[in-house]
Amino acid sequence: MIEIKGLSKTFNKGSENEIKLFENFSITFEEGKCTALLGSNGCGKSTLLNIISGNIAPDSGLIVVDGEDVTKDNEEKRAMYIGRVHQNPSLGVSASLNILENMSLADKKGEKFGIKRLIRPKNRVRYESILKELDLGLENKMDVMVKFLSGGQRQSLSLCMATMKNPKLLLLDEHTAALDPKTSRVIMEKTRELLERKAITTIMISHNMKDAITYSDRVVMLDQGEIILDRPSSQITEEELLSIYTAKLLEFQRKAV
Amino acid sequence: MGTGLLLTSIQQGLIYAILAIGVFLTYKILDIADLSVEGSFPLGAFVFARFALADMNPVLGIGGAFVAGALAGLLTAMLFIKLKIKPLLSGILTLTILYSVNLRINGKANIPLFKNPVIFSNDKWMNVILLILIVLSIKIVIDLFLKTEIGYLLIATGDNEVLVTSLGENSNKYKIIGLALSNGLVAVAGSITAQMNGFADITMGSSIIVFALASIIIGDTILKSVTKIKGTTRAIMGAIIYQLIGGFAIDRGLPATDLKAATAIIVIIFIAINNFSPNGLKLAERK
Ligand SMILES: Nc1ncnc2c1ncn2[C@@H]1O[C@H](COP(=O)(O)OP(=O)(O)OP(=O)(O)O)[C@@H](O)[C@H]1O
Ligand SMILES: [Mg+2]
Repeated sequence: MIEIKGLSKTFNKGSENEIKLFENFSITFEEGKCTALLGSNGCGKSTLLNIISGNIAPDSGLIVVDGEDVTKDNEEKRAMYIGRVHQNPSLGVSASLNILENMSLADKKGEKFGIKRLIRPKNRVRYESILKELDLGLENKMDVMVKFLSGGQRQSLSLCMATMKNPKLLLLDEHTAALDPKTSRVIMEKTRELLERKAITTIMISHNMKDAITYSDRVVMLDQGEIILDRPSSQITEEELLSIYTAKLLEFQRKAV
Repeated sequence: MGTGLLLTSIQQGLIYAILAIGVFLTYKILDIADLSVEGSFPLGAFVFARFALADMNPVLGIGGAFVAGALAGLLTAMLFIKLKIKPLLSGILTLTILYSVNLRINGKANIPLFKNPVIFSNDKWMNVILLILIVLSIKIVIDLFLKTEIGYLLIATGDNEVLVTSLGENSNKYKIIGLALSNGLVAVAGSITAQMNGFADITMGSSIIVFALASIIIGDTILKSVTKIKGTTRAIMGAIIYQLIGGFAIDRGLPATDLKAATAIIVIIFIAINNFSPNGLKLAERK
């Protein structure tokens, strides 16, 4: 369970470029549930994930994971129990290494990296079977350098790598936004299956209303640092979500005029 | 080209192979253009001279050179990690500091080493064999290192620091390891050059980075189609081929003083070929 308590964050405080994102913001993400996070561009969704992962420090407030205050822990320390997939497929992999080498690195997460050989041939079969589940043929490309894979293939690999060691918490930041519809579906289905099987607490940012409802347990919409919608996914329709979005957009345009 | 010049070129190529392997670690693996090597190369020579003047075993002197070079790499790493100075400038600052340090080590800008213990003998062939053994052992050690868990994290750091962080590791640690190892090897190359030439000189590091890059790029380009060949092997082959080309050019009447310009032009041409040919360096970039 992740609790965010009294979070405040303003970028470039005091300058003319000041961006106030959160003030005394609190939210709880329940154990083993997938929460879809919605909101217009620039409302601070990625920043929220960055604050949870320790990449960005909050101005004030607490991040509490399973009852433990982790606000002071650095990003590497928190990474031990966090899996993250970014919008950019290249951020989850090492491009000049092959799939086998990338998965071997991910498999070593949480252990001490030393001067033993990284590649253990006996693990190969296990990695291949993980990739086989995706049904994208990646299991036949174990020795291909990742830079030669497509964005979708890289993203699939990133998802496998991020979830290999059963993280407590999975952060998905528009992780299918750069993919074609078919691959995007494959990845979303794989995500769902992973979440059901491993019951990882998940926060999933998406601009796709349909995906947000289909693949999550709960939908949260943010606007100007406030939660403007928070409902079980089963109790809201795509149309409703869209109309709230549109209303916000109109309001925004009115203000701008 | 006579046997004498051929042997000299090969000897020089083998020594520069060590330099090229060192620079390969930063330029190819970590993706950092580290100029401090221009200071750590003579640093290796001067530290060696210090040991040699005290009549110490030359192997000890080479070890001392490695340690001193590694410390120089550490300094560069600290400048850009802790003080957030750009890597290029960090390297230039270290190399500037090393210029004064090198002068202080023995209090002189040029130290003759003809009367002191060195690893080489008067037998040119034996010297070549000795150099081949040294280069091969360094290559094997670096190749093995790059297969370790830490070695792979070094490669991943050059590729994508976000991934390294997500594995719970601090990528700065791997930059430090890479820069220290790189400059250590470059200093070893400097100490061996001093023994081969019979002197350590304050100017011996100048343009060394271009020679190293020329070796790496020539190795990559010539072995472009063979992706299975390791980066270290490419660096070694490149260094030897580059020296042979240089030796041949001088033999054909290129004034030795023009060699630097010629080298820089070779680097420019090879990079341009790779940037503009569709299948350029990309295939050979395997780290
Ligand atoms: N490190 C940073 N320094 C300064 N400003 C930042 C930083 N990170 C984000 N911002 C600003 O904060 C705002 C929110 O950015 P964020 O990336 O969190 O938005 P988002 O909700 O993820 O939007 P999108 O849907 O477009 O991804 C933006 O205006 C952005 O420019
Ligand atoms: Mg975002």
